[in-house]
Amino acid sequence: MPSPLLEVSDLSVDYITDAGDVRAVDRVSIDVQPSEFLAIVGESGCGKSTLLFAIAQLLSPPAEIVGGTVVFKGRDMVRLTEDELRHIRWRDYSVVMQSAMNALNPMKSIEAQFRDTIEAHDDMSRKAIRERSAEVLHLVGIDAVHLKSYPHQLSGGMRQRAMIAMALLFTPDLVIMDEPTSALDVVAQRSLMSQIKELQKRLGFAVIFVTHDMSLVRHYSDHLLVMYAGQVAELGDTSAVFENPLHPYSKGLLDAFPSIHGPRRPLTGIPGSPPDLARPPSGCRFHPRCPVAMPQCSTREPDLYEVAGTRVRCLLHAEALKDEAAV
Amino acid sequence: MTKQLVRADPSAMAGSEATAASASAETPATAPLAAEPLLQTVGLTRHFKLGGLFSSQVLHAVDDVYLTIGERELVSLVGESGSGKSTIARLLAMLYRPTAGEIQYRGRSVHSLHSRRDLLHYRSQVQMVFQDPYSSMNPVFRVSHGVMRNLKLHRPELGRSERRQEAERVFTLVGLTPAAEMLRKFPYEMSGGQRQRVGFAQAVAVRPKLILADEPVSMLDVSIRAGILNLMADLREREGVSILYITHDIASARYVADRIMVMYGGHIVEAGPTETVLSDPRHPYTQLLLSAVPDPREPISVSTSPAVGEPPKVVNPGEGCRFRERCPLAIEVCSRVTPRLTVLAPAHSAACHVAAADAGLIATPAG
Repeated sequence: MPSPLLEVSDLSVDYITDAGDVRAVDRVSIDVQPSEFLAIVGESGCGKSTLLFAIAQLLSPPAEIVGGTVVFKGRDMVRLTEDELRHIRWRDYSVVMQSAMNALNPMKSIEAQFRDTIEAHDDMSRKAIRERSAEVLHLVGIDAVHLKSYPHQLSGGMRQRAMIAMALLFTPDLVIMDEPTSALDVVAQRSLMSQIKELQKRLGFAVIFVTHDMSLVRHYSDHLLVMYAGQVAELGDTSAVFENPLHPYSKGLLDAFPSIHGPRRPLTGIPGSPPDLARPPSGCRFHPRCPVAMPQCSTREPDLYEVAGTRVRCLLHAEALKDEAAV
Repeated sequence: MTKQLVRADPSAMAGSEATAASASAETPATAPLAAEPLLQTVGLTRHFKLGGLFSSQVLHAVDDVYLTIGERELVSLVGESGSGKSTIARLLAMLYRPTAGEIQYRGRSVHSLHSRRDLLHYRSQVQMVFQDPYSSMNPVFRVSHGVMRNLKLHRPELGRSERRQEAERVFTLVGLTPAAEMLRKFPYEMSGGQRQRVGFAQAVAVRPKLILADEPVSMLDVSIRAGILNLMADLREREGVSILYITHDIASARYVADRIMVMYGGHIVEAGPTETVLSDPRHPYTQLLLSAVPDPREPISVSTSPAVGEPPKVVNPGEGCRFRERCPLAIEVCSRVTPRLTVLAPAHSAACHVAAADAGLIATPAG
């Protein structure tokens, strides 16, 4: 088994506030293999973006990594200095932010922004920079004439693709994407997803893709991490999680989507709302909203249990495992 | 199971008697189709001038829209961002004045309303619920403030304690219980889903005939969206109000709506009963839209062909179909003549030259 490209172990992130520390990411462990597509889904406030920023070492106070390691290509990124990080940022891993509208500088042409990025991480001649910029733009299906364009002259989809092109300037091993499609309409969304997948196949980079829209990653991701209240609720093969969700929360999320196919059936959603992480519920964090909660769920905190290759944090499966062991 | 009413389109209704057919056979026509719709627009158009004083750039946000909303009907307006759907909501709420065309409420043009009393009456009958539950409420007031104010303004006959009672009634109706306690909360003490319910409570309190719900679930988490969609269906059932549900999510439109209208580049390009439009989309844009919808239950399909997707040109668009550059079926006439919304099948219409030709009709003037 090859060693993973990225190995996150027991990563915890706290937001340090006057009212006490808030644990936004709680002992999360994930592996990402080279060329893998990992999707992270969850509702707002579940800690998915914080996890992403912690992996990319982009957290700023009041957020702080309080435990765990992020080993990327054999080095623990948590311990690297800013200077050392600058050497691997963008060259080895890059980040595509949620809103290209805010991430691109409105005062600079695309070319100037690409040039800034390259010059910050490498020494290249002007000519080489221009050629490389045109090349990556071409990769994402934008004509090189748009190097001279300013962000406002591009459509939302093109801006987002320009961001992805920028992330590919140095052909990194890992591209981290924080909801890159959420500002787009469905048609543009679909076309961007196909394009990301296509590029990934061609260039072989790994992707960590964060979204709140589970249905979006169904056909594109290899593995799926469902987060709830800062913790891993379920982690497994995407198709396994979709076909047989083990955690009641994953099941609830899947059932919350209306479908355009098949008979119309009533949707229930998930009652209640996500917990306040400053005061997480006792026991299982999902138990106040859980349709199948048992008495012990409010007192006993579930571990991550491995069931048929999927890891799930739910006492239902602890019981099943115990029964099996007894037999 | 939501009852479905299949209604004829405005253009279809023009000459012939309005025909109502019940989609589900066991359901008799519960709401007999009124001779005149609740609300109707005739060639509704809104342009915005762009740039400075001498600029000749005009953005065609809404162009030549004919739509109807019947009594107790839940209609969905579906389209991508920038297609003009929110502009329609604002026109109907009389927040914008139309550039051309008119809005008729119960057969009477709303532009003839001039007295404060008449305008106030119209505004009480047509209420709006906004997209962003975080910015549409004043954070310094308790949530009761909006409801009470709305009641005081639009139902002056109620006394102080009756207003309180009514506020509690509508809070209970939208699922904010215990109502008395909920009314005392500040917006920051509520979740997004609860705030959106407050929005609906405010609207329902004045006994409107029509609620314009502009993307009411798009800012909410997936797990609580279903609750708001169910609430809309419920309000229609229990309060007898019509709802115009504006969304970019065609799957959620299918979940609640009797009828769907699809917008593209300021035009309504297809309209018809929900299931008909979904199972037999006539306009190429509707077809594209449906093929792009992600569906977790759908088996893995390889046909994820990237669609060339660029938004339409709506600044000085000129004549011709606005979808033609993205359209796989475009023919020569599409760049010359703007297709009109044409009835292709009972109650089902589309604005497309090719679809019209397929149906044996000619959507273009001869010549």
